[in-house]
Amino acid sequence: MARISRQQVDRIAELARLSLEGEEAEAMERDLERILDYVADLQALDTEGVTPTAHAIALATPVRPDEAAAPMDPELVVSNAPESSGTAFVVPKVVEEEGS
Amino acid sequence: MRASSLAESRARLDSGEASSVELLDASLTRAQECADLCAVVGVRPAAARAEAEAADLRRREGRLRSPLDGIPVVLKDNMVKRGEPTTCGSRILESFVSPYDATVVEKLEEAGAVVIGRSNMDEFAMGSSTESSCYGPARNPWDRTRICGGSSGGSAAAVAAGIVPAALGSDTGGSIRQPAGLCGVTGLKPTYGRVSRWGLVAFASSLDQIGPLACTAEDCAWLLSAIAGHDHRDSTSLPEPVPDFAAALSGDVSGLTIGLPRECFVEEGVDGDVLAAVHAGVAELESAGARVVEVSLPHSRYAIATYYLIATAEASSNLARFDGVRYGRRAENTRDIDDLYRRSRSEGFGAEVKRRILLGTYVLSAGYYDAYYRKAQQVRTLLRGDFEQAFSHCDVLATPTSPEIAFALGDRSDDPIRMYLSDVYTVTANLVGVPGISVPCGHVSGLPVGLQLLGRSLDEETLLRIADAFQRRTDHHLQSSPEPQ
Repeated sequence: MARISRQQVDRIAELARLSLEGEEAEAMERDLERILDYVADLQALDTEGVTPTAHAIALATPVRPDEAAAPMDPELVVSNAPESSGTAFVVPKVVEEEGS
Repeated sequence: MRASSLAESRARLDSGEASSVELLDASLTRAQECADLCAVVGVRPAAARAEAEAADLRRREGRLRSPLDGIPVVLKDNMVKRGEPTTCGSRILESFVSPYDATVVEKLEEAGAVVIGRSNMDEFAMGSSTESSCYGPARNPWDRTRICGGSSGGSAAAVAAGIVPAALGSDTGGSIRQPAGLCGVTGLKPTYGRVSRWGLVAFASSLDQIGPLACTAEDCAWLLSAIAGHDHRDSTSLPEPVPDFAAALSGDVSGLTIGLPRECFVEEGVDGDVLAAVHAGVAELESAGARVVEVSLPHSRYAIATYYLIATAEASSNLARFDGVRYGRRAENTRDIDDLYRRSRSEGFGAEVKRRILLGTYVLSAGYYDAYYRKAQQVRTLLRGDFEQAFSHCDVLATPTSPEIAFALGDRSDDPIRMYLSDVYTVTANLVGVPGISVPCGHVSGLPVGLQLLGRSLDEETLLRIADAFQRRTDHHLQSSPEPQ
């Protein structure tokens, strides 16, 4: 039985903001199918009541005094942006004007 | 000329036989001679020369900063250095220049080490062969038709080829230990949290750890002392004080108990000659006075599946930041913001990175979270229990580092599962957070074999002590890769 369908691959690609074309999508579907087959081994293991581990070494969230510190120079922050204006990142318009 | 070990390089500096500038020049020349290895993907000759000159001046004035002062090193290309490129072997970061220093970079600078450049790696550290880099595959100095392991393959190959005495790598599922084993060098993954991850480009944040690759355990001890320690910028960095690791190298292993996990020594899925070399290595430690017992890690057969679910889930989240807006590659002529995200990411990431982002997105998505991600986190708890149980019977565990010697370039490219199984002995240490080291323990068909030792959390001292004692009694780590014809 197929563990993952082409529709599911397309859906997770959409969630991950990746577009897969033709052969690439087929290859991914095949690879994901095989990987999910492999990891299906885990389902045989009884983990009822086992507490999940998110971090190998449990640390409480460290706190520090709430003191202002100098931020990184904003010009340096935008220096890697593909497109910037002053100290702002430039992106395509994301909000349409009312009525347009 | 080949770079010698860190300890020998120091001795040459101390005796005046060589200057730091001379060591640097030798490293840069050697990097050029070995360009076909594709181990070093970016050098900084002018900046490194100024740093080496400063180190020579400090030496003349008796102001040495540390045992690493004036020693050339390379950094894996996923640790940022202010004003310099960091690519993670990915086209998506091909033009990135870091605005800040990683903590390990600051610490190496404080120690006086001279960073000569960046070493090749699998794209975003996702791989076991350093074949998925945008710079092309790195090659094994022992046989240039074979892989050097990964993902810190460039660092391992650079040390093995004598380009530099030492290097830093990162290890998420074996990415320091596996290439160290396949290239015949010594590589240490410290305890999770021992070394700050600030400035390390994240792959899987609960597993990633930076560590040294060098010719010997002693050299690794010097490097670890330089880079370890608490850092307020990494909230998972541990507050424990950093021991003087080199002081732990007594050469004495009597009274120590080595556990052999029986699940790691079954003949299925591992090369018999590799297993024999590892057994011989353990026997050497036994004759040096260590006690050897059999232990069990009953859940170890689930480790690879658990690892790939957790690592890809974390990666899918971490790599969401590469969106073509704040840094990195941006696709041209996009219709709208979604098109910009999709096309920038699709053009910038390679196949293995996409595969892992998709798998991670899937296992975290509604309806699959409990069956995959939560399940894997529960098995992670069981694996921790296995290790606690095993460490009640022994001080360290010994296993092969990898199930086989370096395979041929291209051999696993179409088979992700077979590639993932290269890490069968190494991933558990990351899931459980314990330190691990790979030391050369022999050769099979002329290629190096690694012996892996795993220790208790924060007990790198015992690991280094045993590895150093082993190297005092054996010469596997002294064998040099052949010169190209």
